[in-house]
Amino acid sequence: MIAVIGLLVGALVGVFLEPTVPSALQPYLPIAVVAALDALFGGLRALLDGMFDDRVFLVSFLSNVVVAALIVFLGDQLGVGTQLSTAVVVVLGIRIFSNAAAIRRHLFRA
Amino acid sequence: MLSALLCALLGFALVVQVQQNRDGGLSTLRQDELVRILDETTQRSDELEQQAASLRAQRAELASGNDTERAAREAAEERAIVQGILAGQLPAEGPGVELVIRETNDQIPALVLYNLLEELRNAGAEAVQLGELRLTTSSYFIDTVDGIVVDGTLVEPPYRWRAIGNPDTISPALNMPGGALASVRNAGGTTDLRSVDLVQVDATASLVPPEHASPAPDPG
Repeated sequence: MIAVIGLLVGALVGVFLEPTVPSALQPYLPIAVVAALDALFGGLRALLDGMFDDRVFLVSFLSNVVVAALIVFLGDQLGVGTQLSTAVVVVLGIRIFSNAAAIRRHLFRA
Repeated sequence: MLSALLCALLGFALVVQVQQNRDGGLSTLRQDELVRILDETTQRSDELEQQAASLRAQRAELASGNDTERAAREAAEERAIVQGILAGQLPAEGPGVELVIRETNDQIPALVLYNLLEELRNAGAEAVQLGELRLTTSSYFIDTVDGIVVDGTLVEPPYRWRAIGNPDTISPALNMPGGALASVRNAGGTTDLRSVDLVQVDATASLVPPEHASPAPDPG
């Protein structure tokens, strides 16, 4: 519950502040957001499995974001940034889907 | 508590990214994508320019074709007018002579009148009218008991001729001793020849299309 409230508060802060993303961070923010979404779904699944741990969530969240940003950064340096971004998004998308499927099984028993 | 903080961070980043994406346009694109877009735009504009050039050329071609066609049509119209006047199909006007021939007692023979027509032609008359009849190359004069028939129509004296041509050439030609007017007077007629600045030849002859003759193929 408190997590949902936090999500809403963060979204509201973003809406009202309307900050500009620094250009150095611009390529990494979307990937970081997708990675964080993956961590969020993973946490939700763990919660429904009854094995949610604050520390694991924190570590997976941060490592996801950092690794995703790192991969894109590396790709940019190698000149394949666009393709690696796509690859990261695809992998994370698959994970989000599988997590969502697990959550669905928990909630609907189907 | 910690997860709430992380979720807040996620929500914040999500909203920021969405907003950035919405109003970002080209500024969020990577360099190679920008280069690709620039390339595509340049190529597209090249293609469009080529297309525009070819269309302009086509338009110029059509316009000049139009001019040629118009010139040909004007020439054809002009020729049709000339032919129409010479063949007696179009009314004409211009300087010329008016000639009135009256019979005193005897009927003037058709041959005399025909000679008069020939004399007019020799003197360069371009359009000739007798009474209400336009005289053409196929006109004929016949003596009948009722009078003279010209092109199937009975004409009664006095014979009023109107001819377009140079009056200074026609008058002496007709008045020549032993010429056309002298023949008329010998046949018992009176002649009244006047040069006029503007003669109206308003009668027209109908053209009979040739039945047997057809245009010969161009020898060129």
